[in-house]
Amino acid sequence: MNFEGKDIISIKDFSKKEINYILECAKKMVPYARGEKYKNIFGGKVLSSLFFEPSTRTRLSFESAMNRLGGRVIGFSDPSGTSQKKGESLADTIRMADAYSDAIVIRHPQEGAARLAAEFADAPVFNAGDGAGRHPTQCLLDLFTIFTETKRIGKNKIALLGDLKYGRTVHSLAYALSLYGAELTFVSPGSLKMPKEVINECKYLGVEPAQTSSLEKAIKDADVLYITRIQKERFPDAEEYNRVVGIYKIDNELLEQGKKNLIVMHPLPRVTEIAPEVDTTPHAIYFKQAFNGVPVRMALLSLVIGGKL
Amino acid sequence: MKELKIQPIKNGTVIDHIAAGKAVKVLHILGIPKSSTSTVSVAMNVKSKFGKKDIVKVENRELDPNEVDKIALISPKATINIIRDYEVAEKHRVKLPNEVVGIVRCSNPTCVSNSKEPVKSRFIVLKKDPIQIKCYYCEREPEDIAERII
Repeated sequence: MNFEGKDIISIKDFSKKEINYILECAKKMVPYARGEKYKNIFGGKVLSSLFFEPSTRTRLSFESAMNRLGGRVIGFSDPSGTSQKKGESLADTIRMADAYSDAIVIRHPQEGAARLAAEFADAPVFNAGDGAGRHPTQCLLDLFTIFTETKRIGKNKIALLGDLKYGRTVHSLAYALSLYGAELTFVSPGSLKMPKEVINECKYLGVEPAQTSSLEKAIKDADVLYITRIQKERFPDAEEYNRVVGIYKIDNELLEQGKKNLIVMHPLPRVTEIAPEVDTTPHAIYFKQAFNGVPVRMALLSLVIGGKL
Repeated sequence: MKELKIQPIKNGTVIDHIAAGKAVKVLHILGIPKSSTSTVSVAMNVKSKFGKKDIVKVENRELDPNEVDKIALISPKATINIIRDYEVAEKHRVKLPNEVVGIVRCSNPTCVSNSKEPVKSRFIVLKKDPIQIKCYYCEREPEDIAERII
């Protein structure tokens, strides 16, 4: 399977077989991600990290993945210090990053920005989130987490909870989980329901997702509970946000209603949707999930820009 | 004697089998009347074997493929007849390509194709009947395609 030079824009660009291959590679990267092993496979390679929107996990885990395997990172985490401020187009910024590096990671507030970047760059482009659009490396690390924690993907009952309308991670994840035939339940308030297009894609892949607004109902037989933050920055209307913020909260009392081996995932950052008391229970997988960003991104970088263990 | 609702034209294009009621959209696509001085005849709700249809005749103008693609987006069963010296010189049905570039504006206001970036709008054609298209950049599928033609 050859990924050399491939742009990583959308999870839909990958087959199930390709995803499995990436997850296998990610597994081998775990000791390198932990710093237990070291190999200089990216020696002399430079990654451009262009973050037009804030990020903690995605940006740092890409940087960690590159640095721990001997590569270097250039870039910015705030576009206010760049020529974008002077009115330079994204296309021209991408041309510059292309000239200075071997691969480009981009997070941008506009949907389709990474696809556009890929048109203007010869170097491979990694989409690290484009507005309310796609976030394929998050999706892959979510799949990796489900796989490593439950030893399977497809045979799980998975509840996706929270902001299903604007949340980009849940759109990609619903599609990818449908590729594996997982049993899906979408839990959200009426105003934040999963978009029709995403449900149609699941159905096209043979999965008929259940929809409910009741978390208590969904948690009972779930193997995985994937909760997302209600993202204030994506709401066009503050009133709409105020009506739904804080509507779901995961705490130990609620988790008692679920299965013993239920895992709770969250792409983070969380605000109030998971009580801190959950952090110390075996259900809490979200910090492991965040760590998994490093081996998964190591795997992707090595497959795309070259460099074998 | 058979009475013709619209007179034959000597040279130009006859767009036939336009979905009833869509002739005005076709005129808009062709830039009529703003950027055209051609004589144009329009017939709407004309009875035909397959129900009602619209017809547009444009004198002294042969449509270019880009314009034909646009018409396919709003009326996939339309036919294009090129007329030369009162004879039908060419006849073909409009054909929607697999990709539609620079014709439809994305319905997503925060799509990068709606920004100042140096790119044309680009849509992948998912289905031709009924027409379903998806933005190449943001993957949104507009429902009101006719309203979004540039």
